[in-house]
Amino acid sequence: MLEIEIDGKKTTVAPGSTVMDAARALGVHIPHFCYHKKLSIAASCRMCLVEVEKAPKPLPACATPVTAGMVVKTHSNAAVTAQKGVMEFLLINHPLDCPICDQGGECHLQDIAVGYGAGESRYREEKRIVPNKDLGPLITTEMTRCIHCSRCVRFTEEVAGYQELGLAHRGEHSEVMPFLGKTVNSEISGNVIDLCPVGALTSKPFRYTVRAWELSRRKSIAPHDGLGSNLIVQVKNHKVMRVLPLENEAINECWLSDRDRFSYEALNSASRATKPQVKKDGQWIETDWQSALELVAGKLKDTVAAHGRDSVAALATPNSTVEELFMLRKLMAGLGVEQVETRLRAADFRLHTAGATWLGQSIAELAQSDAVLVIGSNIRKEQPLLAQRLRQSAKRGMKLSVLNPARYDLLAPLAGELIVRPDQMVEALLTVLKAACEAAGKTAPAHIDLSSIEVCDASRSIAATLTAHSAILLGNLAAHHPRYAELHAAAAALAELSGAKLGVMSEAANTVGAQLIGAETSGNLFASPKKALILLNAEVQFDCHNATEALAAVRAADFVVALNPFADGVKDYADVILPVAPFTETSGTFVNMEGRAQSFNGVVRPLGETRPAWKVLRVLGNVLGFNGFDYESSEAIRDEALAGDIAPRLSNALKAPVAVKAQAASGLVRLGEVPLYQLDALTRRAPALQATADAAEPALRANAATLAGLSLKAGDSACAAQAGGKALLCVREDTTLPDGVIHIAGSHPLTTGLGGLFAPVTVERAG
Amino acid sequence: MTVYVKGIVFENVDFDLPRCWSIDQYIQRGGYAALKKIVAEKIAPEAVIEEVKASGLRGRGGAGFPTGLKWTFLPKGYVGQKYLVCNTDEGEPGTFKDRDILAYNPHAVIEGMILAAWATGATVGYNYIHGEIFELYQQFEAAIEEARAAGFLGDNILGSSFSFQLHAHHGYGAYICGEESALLESIEGKKGQPRYKPPFPAVVGLYGKPTIINNTETFASIPWILRNSGQEFQALGKPNSGGTKLFSVSGHVNRPGNYEIPLGTPFAELLDMAGGMRGGKKLKAVIPGGSSAPVLPADIAMNLTMDFDAIAKAGSMLGSGAVIVMDETVCMVKALERLSYFYFEESCGQCTPCREGTGWLYRIVHRIEHGEGRPEDLELLASIGDNIAGRTICALGDAAVLPVRGMLKHFRDEFEYHIANKRCLVG
Repeated sequence: MLEIEIDGKKTTVAPGSTVMDAARALGVHIPHFCYHKKLSIAASCRMCLVEVEKAPKPLPACATPVTAGMVVKTHSNAAVTAQKGVMEFLLINHPLDCPICDQGGECHLQDIAVGYGAGESRYREEKRIVPNKDLGPLITTEMTRCIHCSRCVRFTEEVAGYQELGLAHRGEHSEVMPFLGKTVNSEISGNVIDLCPVGALTSKPFRYTVRAWELSRRKSIAPHDGLGSNLIVQVKNHKVMRVLPLENEAINECWLSDRDRFSYEALNSASRATKPQVKKDGQWIETDWQSALELVAGKLKDTVAAHGRDSVAALATPNSTVEELFMLRKLMAGLGVEQVETRLRAADFRLHTAGATWLGQSIAELAQSDAVLVIGSNIRKEQPLLAQRLRQSAKRGMKLSVLNPARYDLLAPLAGELIVRPDQMVEALLTVLKAACEAAGKTAPAHIDLSSIEVCDASRSIAATLTAHSAILLGNLAAHHPRYAELHAAAAALAELSGAKLGVMSEAANTVGAQLIGAETSGNLFASPKKALILLNAEVQFDCHNATEALAAVRAADFVVALNPFADGVKDYADVILPVAPFTETSGTFVNMEGRAQSFNGVVRPLGETRPAWKVLRVLGNVLGFNGFDYESSEAIRDEALAGDIAPRLSNALKAPVAVKAQAASGLVRLGEVPLYQLDALTRRAPALQATADAAEPALRANAATLAGLSLKAGDSACAAQAGGKALLCVREDTTLPDGVIHIAGSHPLTTGLGGLFAPVTVERAG
Repeated sequence: MTVYVKGIVFENVDFDLPRCWSIDQYIQRGGYAALKKIVAEKIAPEAVIEEVKASGLRGRGGAGFPTGLKWTFLPKGYVGQKYLVCNTDEGEPGTFKDRDILAYNPHAVIEGMILAAWATGATVGYNYIHGEIFELYQQFEAAIEEARAAGFLGDNILGSSFSFQLHAHHGYGAYICGEESALLESIEGKKGQPRYKPPFPAVVGLYGKPTIINNTETFASIPWILRNSGQEFQALGKPNSGGTKLFSVSGHVNRPGNYEIPLGTPFAELLDMAGGMRGGKKLKAVIPGGSSAPVLPADIAMNLTMDFDAIAKAGSMLGSGAVIVMDETVCMVKALERLSYFYFEESCGQCTPCREGTGWLYRIVHRIEHGEGRPEDLELLASIGDNIAGRTICALGDAAVLPVRGMLKHFRDEFEYHIANKRCLVG
């Protein structure tokens, strides 16, 4: 340890620490722009120049290693003179028009200029003008304001994994710009807005809507992927204006995915339902809550009475809160109905685990693994920030391998890769298992048949990376797979054999919470016809594994009640729409993929007559005259729903063996990914996200050989058909796909006519 | 181009011989004898470094750092790849000596690098040659081929277990790529921008590996030192300024060119060698060490000896040895405007004081030159200079400020006249 004195305060720091590290530890603030704790050191802004005893000139605190006995002065004459000199240089070409800058009020340059800037500029020459750049629908530029700190450039390269911004030209002509004709398309691009210390990069949707000081900052939890990012939701007049990250090193660090950052736009969308509505003679009529709830209660009661309890079922999305799902389950139990399901995009319900499936460890622990094998996950799009963490780990030497149905670019160094047709993922995993068995001289469990499996070099090298300090992760493409139980069982066997931890990356914000309260026990609810259906937050055409089957089921039902913040998605098949609060308008709890329960408060008043779903369900219980529906608060519900420790109730271990056996591939198979911005109702309605490259219309994608076999070429129109439905799509060549794979995204209006996400598909040229 | 020899790099070089650069000619002049001797006698690397230290050889690129000492900065006991880099970027305005070394005696550089590789344990070397002299880059490639064919370069040099690979690499003419760490970035295929130091290249250099970087003339001096002795080299010059040095004399002289002379030679003698002042005009000022060295007025210059200490004492620097001679017709405001424009255009833009300050300096001088100067401008120039110098990542910031300081120190009256009268004092 090295002793250092800064401004008279002494501390000791580890060798290799910088003066900036030591100052932060001491709570001494040194002004800076280019320094950022998560980025490499540039030492280019020079704002952090400090006086170091025995050094002939001021040194940048961010880049100066601490030496034993170093004495540093951050506010001496010499230091402040240097800092003021730098501040003057930064301001000479920076516009001094803060009142019309969107960053005004939350600008580092403005803040630091108060302390280090002069009252008047000595610069009398013409100021620099820099043309703006098109960075896409999320980020606005005012490049004349750029101070060349290069944080954004370093972020895209080092954190997002792919350099999408660079500092072109030299000297005073330096400009931050994207590559020619390109925009910034990273799924975590919005972080450059936070990183930019000035108004050069600002949020496009937020721009010029409100001043930073007019906003209230309220904590919340992201409702999309399974990470559970911590949010600061900024509100004005009970409207959500912006979402920023709340730093939590254990979860999202200081970052936010674009999905978490920009989905708030949907909260203010015109398609929000603000009053209960009932359908009468094909016409939607607004009504009051009392009448609507009495109607719903009566219908449900009558249906159970007339057709039995199996004629009623409830479907909820896994980003519904713990409180909502608990109340839904309790209401259904009151009616005698057991069928409550949140695994809407699953196709295989054979798996039974000893507890709620989860990451198997904490996110921070996972990042410390020696090796990680990801099975069935386009992880950058499914869990953008977890992918980012694994990228940093892989750069530090973690061996990252993938088993996927397409060659997704993780923007990270890979130790191994198995890319196979979706219907051969189980078989590919068995080759790794067999390789591990051979290497360890052990046999697989009896329920797994490895007799026909041939081990290849790739599977051997992947198996060799797996040690006791490694992880095997199952993603959304595994969870949605028709043979998920087999994938899980084989992965569990591989984990058992290698000592690796098995983990499931939950698809949605509350996938783990839904399991903890048993809202996922029923399997495919559409297997038998239903007379009445309750849909909580669910838009079945987008949220279910088989859109055609789901739509047929809701249309066949006599009575469908939709509890949903939006009316437009369910209007076609619902009979009653009850407007319920999105996550910003209710208190609630999500349990993230590592089993961490995170409660949040509503940050704004519910819009119009919208009510929190847990309250609606409670009142429905009251109307139906059920006992135990007297909860005063969501906290009371949570305490009952999640009573006791969560940890013992998490387990990926199989309760009963699942028979795993290789099957042959045949014909064309669909790869039905859920696009990044089609995940849930909010993202589907966020205009800026919908304008990104990731939200491009789904096409019929296949590799050149597959297209040639179909006599198709890129740009053709083609008709894809699956059991029960069709879709007309544009053809695109996709070199990342294996032979025989037809990539057609699911959960999208263009493809709701199709069936299973991973089912066989036939393709014909159209027109 | 006239080349006058009174030193070691161009010793016995017949510049009129069409292939004086070739290996045969070099060997005839005694070339590769030092290498053969060291390999045959298996002289310890430490002994080679000691000899270079004894020579008092200081870096010929501009900074004048003792070469032997630099070689000892490689991490002790380091096992793994080490690199050797020759800096032939030669971007300092007024300097054109390295170009002639590559033109007339490239094998001295090659042998010098091989000897340095022996001394430092580097197994791969690069010569970074600025893009404006592409034909010399090609000729250097040919010279490398000759050395390879002769067994001096490549695997198992002269049948020993010593191997060294040398590559030529050409830049594209950016001044900043002459800064050693920007040069390394450029070789790596990145934008030429200096790295923050520490760590220095000797510890974290090319591709992150320990790297020794020396100037072309520095490497070209090594064979002579090892062929003769460090002491003899030292004796050619002055204490603390050992050996001879190439001076690129340009400006208003009758015979501009490269002059290799012992360090410590009086400037007046050098001016004579260059044929004296053109057209019989009066000497007004001299920039003694490349465009970034502060200008010296005639009276100081005429009493100057050309060595590190004397020039430093006079308030300037020996730098790269580029001697820019100006006669009485030169407007110092115009001269500074041109110098400031150069640094403004060549700033890499990475760090704030240089990116913003060099343009500010230039614009003020430009205004003064164009009759739009203000009385407060001279104080402002000095103040901006103080805010740049010593505050930047590399020395380009200092290089931009030193000419300003020199001009304001010795020719302030011309600037004041320009501001007051909106026209030139001379011509």
